[in-house]
Amino acid sequence: MTDKKLAIIATKGSLDWAYPPFILASTAAALGYEVEIFFTFYGLKLLEKKMDVQVTSIGNPGMPMPMPMPVLLQTLPGMQGMMTAMMKAKMKKKGVASLEDLRSLCVEADVKMIACQMTVDLFDMDSSDFIDGVELGGAATLFEFAGDADITLFI
Amino acid sequence: MADFDQELDASGLNCPLPILRAKKTLAGMEGGQVLHIIATDPGAIKDFEAFSKQTGNELMESKEEGGKFYFLIKKS
Repeated sequence: MTDKKLAIIATKGSLDWAYPPFILASTAAALGYEVEIFFTFYGLKLLEKKMDVQVTSIGNPGMPMPMPMPVLLQTLPGMQGMMTAMMKAKMKKKGVASLEDLRSLCVEADVKMIACQMTVDLFDMDSSDFIDGVELGGAATLFEFAGDADITLFI
Repeated sequence: MADFDQELDASGLNCPLPILRAKKTLAGMEGGQVLHIIATDPGAIKDFEAFSKQTGNELMESKEEGGKFYFLIKKS
């Protein structure tokens, strides 16, 4: 088994960008890596017990759309919810794990999750809304682990 | 088909689930036992090679048949 370490900084709070941290963390843990994820800014949403994350095509011209749609139409109320539902349905159909499942796999595999204290305070978030096992820490806490990590990813 | 001790059907599952399920199943097995994995994710071929190299569990067989992928992994 490897004794490598992976540090991830998760900064995004959308459905699509929630995948890379959890996929990479769970896979690295399965390969024997010790893994720590530092959640900051919008990434903190990924720690909430009820993970309510959405996807949007606004400002994301690379997102594949089932049909061409003018940007102004994409901004209509309800569009984001519809896109999120469509994306989730597509993922389910293709056998892609749900974020909740991937996060549970990370927890099971002892992936350490740190919530950035400063942004928790900034956004008036309540750390009791986070899943169990999350620790609060600052930049120095991240570097304590990342300083020894073989791989550090900013996502 | 060689003998195996346990079977894992990861058909329909996408990256990284076949690897994660395999890891979990192997964790409950004894050293020297063989796990047979069935997958439909084409990425699984390279991923199981990489998994084997990094975890030290030997990939004894990797083959494709009728659009499905079959792997034999011996727990180290």
